[in-house]
Amino acid sequence: MAEFVAVVLMVGVTAYAVFGGADFGAGFWDLVAGGAERGSRPRSVVEHAIGPVWEANHVWLIFVLVVLWTSFSEAFGAIMSTLFVPIALAAFGIVLRGTSFAFRKEVVRLSIRRDFGVVFATSSVIVPYCFGAVAGGIASGRVPPGGTAGDPWASWTNPTSILGGVLAVATCAFLAAVYMTYDAHRFAGPDMEQYFRRRALVMAVVVGVLAIVGIFVLRADAEYLYDRLTGPALPLVLASAIGGLGTLTLLTRRLHRGARVLAMGAVAAVIWAWGVAQWPYVLPTRLTVAEAAAPTATLVAVSIAFGLAVLICLPSLALLYVLDQRSLLDADTAADGQARVADADPTA
Amino acid sequence: MHALAQVLAVDPVPWARAQMAFTLATHIILVPLGVSWAFMTLIANYRGIRKGDADALRLAQRWSKYMAVLFAVGAVTGTVLSFEFGLLWPDFMDRFGPAFGIPFAFEGLFFFTEAIFIAIYIYGWKRLKPWAHFWSGVPIVIAGIGGTFSVVAANAWMNHPAGFRLNDAGRVVDVDPVEVIFNRAMPLQSLHMLIAAYLVGGFVVASVYATAMLRGKRDRYHRLGFLIPFTVATVAVPIQMVVGDQLARFVYNNEPRKFAAMELVPETSRDVPETLGGWLNDDGEVVGGIPIPGLASILSDPGEGTSTKIRGLESFPADERPTNRQATIVHWAWDVMVGLGTALFLLAAWFAVVWWRRRDLPRTKWFLRAAAVAGVASVVTMEAGWVVTEVGRQPWIVVDYMLVEDAATSSSGVWVTFLGIAAIYTGVAVTTVLVLRAMRRRFDAAEDHPDQGGPYSPRIRPESVGAAPQEP
Repeated sequence: MAEFVAVVLMVGVTAYAVFGGADFGAGFWDLVAGGAERGSRPRSVVEHAIGPVWEANHVWLIFVLVVLWTSFSEAFGAIMSTLFVPIALAAFGIVLRGTSFAFRKEVVRLSIRRDFGVVFATSSVIVPYCFGAVAGGIASGRVPPGGTAGDPWASWTNPTSILGGVLAVATCAFLAAVYMTYDAHRFAGPDMEQYFRRRALVMAVVVGVLAIVGIFVLRADAEYLYDRLTGPALPLVLASAIGGLGTLTLLTRRLHRGARVLAMGAVAAVIWAWGVAQWPYVLPTRLTVAEAAAPTATLVAVSIAFGLAVLICLPSLALLYVLDQRSLLDADTAADGQARVADADPTA
Repeated sequence: MHALAQVLAVDPVPWARAQMAFTLATHIILVPLGVSWAFMTLIANYRGIRKGDADALRLAQRWSKYMAVLFAVGAVTGTVLSFEFGLLWPDFMDRFGPAFGIPFAFEGLFFFTEAIFIAIYIYGWKRLKPWAHFWSGVPIVIAGIGGTFSVVAANAWMNHPAGFRLNDAGRVVDVDPVEVIFNRAMPLQSLHMLIAAYLVGGFVVASVYATAMLRGKRDRYHRLGFLIPFTVATVAVPIQMVVGDQLARFVYNNEPRKFAAMELVPETSRDVPETLGGWLNDDGEVVGGIPIPGLASILSDPGEGTSTKIRGLESFPADERPTNRQATIVHWAWDVMVGLGTALFLLAAWFAVVWWRRRDLPRTKWFLRAAAVAGVASVVTMEAGWVVTEVGRQPWIVVDYMLVEDAATSSSGVWVTFLGIAAIYTGVAVTTVLVLRAMRRRFDAAEDHPDQGGPYSPRIRPESVGAAPQEP
């Protein structure tokens, strides 16, 4: 039973990485899109690409937290005690990001839009960095169980955490660029398609380089993780590498839909490689999944909730994505409305 | 470095308490709008489609846009709360997560559904067919109800922990998820919050339109914008009085410590007066206030009347009951809730009688003035009710199982996160109001441009979105 719920937890983490991660990545591209004029079109693509779906995407985070605190409460308590600083920073970032994105959509004046945009984009980078650093701290065995917090600083400023943070930001940016290449193709024209494709290609290379650097970092800093990633988790690591290369190939051939799927697969494979590498530990080498697991009845309740989510939320989510992809949902930002008014009335 | 560490080493418990209270107090203001505004919007939407009422449709469309902004703020402030469970109370979650967490597994389900359909509804105005669009809003209402029951079930469990046993190591075993969720306090407490959500949501939205009408905007659009939410609130108020009365009696029977604090009863006695105001001094004596003889006893059990015995605070060990100061806070919060609740009831009754007799609002401006104030008043009422249940539970985080001080984090930097979150939330609150006002002005300005794309307007080609500006 504990194994099943651990898998459920990983499904949540994967979904958050693949969907929520792309939203963060979109924020990254918003941040580096340049001045107000030059960056206005990429930013408009960002806004339309994530507008209708971002809130649903971030529910996966809640899902992960709830499954963790209910099913593996000892690990949850330990993680939250030790990694207080990066997690608190992430919480701040989530508030600033969500609100500034929602606000930016509804204001017209450029200077204010820019202020909200800066907050949105900066926090879109900080939050995934923090989560990556948290994952690094957990995976490298720096979170002790048993009610005594670990080092409040070294637990997330160590080499593995830094690798995790940087890799998270880069991966999010990669995913977002791949997705938006396709989105731009749908609603923004060939120049934007080219814009994001170029960035997707660059990011794919960056992530690849980071992964190679990461091998050496892990060998020096997180022995257990390194052994496992090059051992039982190796097929998944290879699958991810192949997925990344495949994405590159498809992007150069302009097969955007396929590139999207492969990019998702590549990221999912990394997440699962991490999961397999940690197995059977929830906090490596200190606390196993079985030890941390809640009583069976609790695990059954969580599984039932998960089953209902599969039955109710997944079809709904599919409906949302289909409507969104068919352009039946209209982001209709304040600036669009203003533009239309201006179009209709040249004197305005 | 050492000096810095000294400065930073502040006792986290009071700060953790303050941060939790502050973030919850903020989030709870958004809750009613998240839960009930979709319902009011659908009323307007239904009327708009069924009767071809353009004003109602316009109202529904605008409301959904405001909802989108408030939902975003509510979602992120809610996310912060789930972080805080761990950041501020790691030992509580470590120990009781396997029981306390269960309602949240189901709450997650409702929240997910809500987030999905709110996106479809908000973004679907232009290109979905009218009735399909209307129905996409219905799951939001259902999810809001389910979510309320789930979250409050968790809170009720803290008052009435059930469905588990602690083993010798102090770990939760023998969990019965059904008993956890449907603990004894859950039905009434959840219902009380759910109806509060409709009551507060109704009064808050109506207060905005009451203010506009006072400023002379007496057209049909603003009238409708007032009538729909005010009617919802008017229906909710009397129901809330019945539910609240039941809940108070439940607390009398099952949470005597909280009840003693609410009624300011230091010593177990019969013929207890209902004291309005007043406080407990350091010696635990009631000082000041206006006593109404015997009323607390009568209300606690009308069958027994003045001979009803109420257990006093001092019958509990000092370290297992609210302090005198906390009891005073609970008592004041209780008085404020009941007092304002009664005032809101009178306002609703006034409206109901006049409407019943002549199908119109009361003509005097005083009615609109009162309705304009009722929005804030209803929020204060709800906050006061929440203070009653939360402060009344002190010093426990899980009644009779775990003290708040044993649950808190050992991280000494909580005062930093508290100040940070206080600054961020203040900024967010101010900005939210400014943005909502800017939206209203923008909507008003767009009235002159019918091609702005009203609800269910002719389809606009998707290619036009984000397209390059055309050279003239």
